[in-house]
Amino acid sequence: MTSSATVSGAGVGLREETHPSPPGPRRRLLQGKSTAVELSLVMTYLSIIVLIPLAAVVWRSQSDGLSGFFHAITTPEAASTLKLTIVSSVLVAAINMVMGTAIAWVLVRDKLPGRTLFDTLIDLPFALPTIVAGLALLTVYGPNSPLGVNLAYQRAGVVVALLFVTLPFVVRTVQPVLMELDTEMEQAAASLGARPATTFVRIILPNMFPAMAAGTALAFARSMSEFGSTVLISGNIPFKTQVASVHVYNQLESDNVTGAAAVSTVLLIVSLVVLVALDMLQRWAARRG
Amino acid sequence: MASQTAATVRRVGVRIGLRTVVLVYLTLLLVCPLALVLYKTFENGIGPVIDSLTTPSTQHAIQITLVVAFWAVVANTIFGVTAALLLVRHTFHGKRTLNALIDLPLAVSPVVVGLSLVLVYGRLTGVGKALAGIGINVIFSIPGMVMATIFVSIPLVVRAVAPVLEEIGDDQEQAAATLGAGPVQTFRRITLPSIRGALAYGVVLALARSLGEYGAVAVVSGRLVGRTQTLTLLVQERYQNFDQQTAYACAVLLVLTAVIALLVSRLLRPKELTS
Repeated sequence: MTSSATVSGAGVGLREETHPSPPGPRRRLLQGKSTAVELSLVMTYLSIIVLIPLAAVVWRSQSDGLSGFFHAITTPEAASTLKLTIVSSVLVAAINMVMGTAIAWVLVRDKLPGRTLFDTLIDLPFALPTIVAGLALLTVYGPNSPLGVNLAYQRAGVVVALLFVTLPFVVRTVQPVLMELDTEMEQAAASLGARPATTFVRIILPNMFPAMAAGTALAFARSMSEFGSTVLISGNIPFKTQVASVHVYNQLESDNVTGAAAVSTVLLIVSLVVLVALDMLQRWAARRG
Repeated sequence: MASQTAATVRRVGVRIGLRTVVLVYLTLLLVCPLALVLYKTFENGIGPVIDSLTTPSTQHAIQITLVVAFWAVVANTIFGVTAALLLVRHTFHGKRTLNALIDLPLAVSPVVVGLSLVLVYGRLTGVGKALAGIGINVIFSIPGMVMATIFVSIPLVVRAVAPVLEEIGDDQEQAAATLGAGPVQTFRRITLPSIRGALAYGVVLALARSLGEYGAVAVVSGRLVGRTQTLTLLVQERYQNFDQQTAYACAVLLVLTAVIALLVSRLLRPKELTS
């Protein structure tokens, strides 16, 4: 459900050309004052809740020096947890790129019966509490699986949990692009003798690509930071199914705060890189028109 | 002619193949798990479900969840409208940075959210001690849980309201100001009525997120059973203590809340965000 907010948040930058019309001198003064007041209120709120706490994490991660930081993220357990998280997030992002685009395609182009229902269902992973998602997946893919598939306490279980929570990202970024996409270009290509596959690769794919990449990046970032949905199904076995967030949680519980902060900082850096990359991608796509 | 028929057959084949793959994927990933949770919950009829939802510990968890979500949504609604007005109606240096900062919480792991709050407001920190001195315990109690919930849902109201504010422009607001209306009156009489739908949409999103938050709240609440346990924490604790009936009953309650929130938000979603 946060899909539209997430996607629009990352996707639709505020158009900067629509400034209020130039105010008169007295209004400008008043406006300047109210800007300052609102800005300081907003910044205070963000600082108390988000900025100071996140800065504290980064600060704490190097409280034993930079070598302490590197030591904390390269202990066998931390290294294995980071490796599992990165590898499964890359895998999940790749699957999402393909399946998300396929789902968006079927929802927009194929007059599938009951597609309104499926269209609504797509948002459910965002609306559902992650722990409930984990419980639901464990019910189907756990020890008492009615399908006879037991993924509990296995890496495949972690991947399935991540696929569930990231399902809407690519669908919701690609879908609007497909809806806007004019079929005239495709018809032109077809009338000039292009085969459907050629039309897809040369016309449709380039148009969808920025949206696919943006959705995939969001799915990757979410996978890297996911916690709740993996708690029940992964069993949190160190060196096997323990993802980075769970590792942070366990370090915190066992009073290794610096270790927890170090792995958290790695996660924060990854998120930041993805956000910056997304911003650059959008600017590039906007320039390209 | 024959090649055209072959092409059509291939086309239909691709379409049916794609449709099948998508439907199987969605069924295995979404439909089966949800259907089975519902089945498991009501396996023995509705009686046990009602029993598990009315135990004192469940009732308490529901109450804590509602209290935390209420304050988080109130705070984020006020913040969201202020921030959206700031971003859309004002020009200032660092606007792009602020815009990015507001989205930052969506990219932070819930556990890191919890850790970050513990590091600043924990009982052993300077700030935590100072606050404890005036009788406010943040971590392992409600204020910390509210802050964690605010953290994870900060962008939702802003991102729902900002596009609509931009869409409606500020002609009417300026007209009101010219006619002598003060900022408060202009906001109440002009701005608020025109963003009502978008605001309601954002509030529903924030409420759903707040009711369902697990990771961040798990860290800052200390999971004190009967004191700081929310519904999501109860689901996990009951499941791991082999009380599956309660775990499933509470899970279904959360599923229903999510579905209702989803449907309401679909109705409320402003047109600016649907296209």
